Amino acid sequence: MINWIWFFMILSGVVAAAAQGRFDLVTNAALNGAKDAVAVCIGLISILVFWLGMMRIAQDAGLLEKLARLMRPVARFLFPTVPPEHPAMGYILSNMSANLFGLGNAATPMGLKAMEELQKLNPDPKTATPAMCTLLALNTSGLTLIPTTIIGIRLKYGSVEPTEIIGPTLVATFIATSMAVLLDRYYQHRTFDRSGLLKPHWK
Amino acid sequence: MFEAVSLISKIMLPALLVFIPLYALFQRVPIYESFIEGAKEGFPTAVSIIPHLVGMMVAVAIFRDTGAMQFYLQFLTPVLSFFHIPEEVVPIGILRPISGTGSLAFVESILRTHGPDTFLGKLASTIQGSTDTTLYVLTVYFGAVGIRNSLYALKVGLWADLIGFLASLGICSILYL
Repeated sequence: MINWIWFFMILSGVVAAAAQGRFDLVTNAALNGAKDAVAVCIGLISILVFWLGMMRIAQDAGLLEKLARLMRPVARFLFPTVPPEHPAMGYILSNMSANLFGLGNAATPMGLKAMEELQKLNPDPKTATPAMCTLLALNTSGLTLIPTTIIGIRLKYGSVEPTEIIGPTLVATFIATSMAVLLDRYYQHRTFDRSGLLKPHWK
Repeated sequence: MFEAVSLISKIMLPALLVFIPLYALFQRVPIYESFIEGAKEGFPTAVSIIPHLVGMMVAVAIFRDTGAMQFYLQFLTPVLSFFHIPEEVVPIGILRPISGTGSLAFVESILRTHGPDTFLGKLASTIQGSTDTTLYVLTVYFGAVGIRNSLYALKVGLWADLIGFLASLGICSILYL
């Protein structure tokens, strides 16, 4: 699917530029896109270095295990395929808490660390596992208590009640996240057989 | 409730920065060494994401900046206005899953022209705040560990975005119209 979306975006862009007789649009867009992407990654370096350092302290101190034990019922419901004692669980729960409390900067390093730990459980390192897909579903649906970025932007444009959207946002994100978890379950059952192996069609 | 949660968000980081090392010290962890050991992984992780993100963001930029997206939108708008979806927020809904800054630009233009406290302003804010950039999260998370076959993850993310969009529309219509 991702291959097709990728090609579709590029092809429609090139056709649109050709229709206007302006191929420079494609060239500029490609160069700017690449530049932005590298800038995002450079921005990630500082965050990753800092938070992965902090997380290592937490891990060495056994804090992540504690968090995982504390939240075990949630974790087992969402990630039945991950052994409850596995280090991945601690990172997954840190990632979820960071998202929830609006520590977006911290959420990415913890999520990536969780991915890395989940990858250790993966029999086929090129293909995602059910747990990875669930973690992704939780992160893409953006469950958070306070949408801090958008509140800041509303303030910038002179909103009298910048926080008024917290309620509706919470409801919308809660609906989106629960549906994402449900859909994730549904596709998981269609994609993997009972013993957790990929059905032939997906390989 | 906002004050409480916002206070938690604010003191969470400083509190963690004290609590984690302090707890670790009591567990006799050499905290500075641990920090350095963990931090070492940051750079290679960030660098390993570059190819994935460049690939994705180039395609998104071409799609957006050449006017291709605008072209598709003009077909979509009449269909959506039939369902009483305001055409101003359609680009936000379409862009939200593929480019966070892209959809933010449309949100800002609505806040500027209509004002943040109007129905459209609140709706745009809610749509922007209620989901994350699916394509970015997918690219970064799977890219970092080298997953090529993302199975159904993209599908789930996109469905969640659509549901978040419709939920925002529903709840804002009930509250603010």
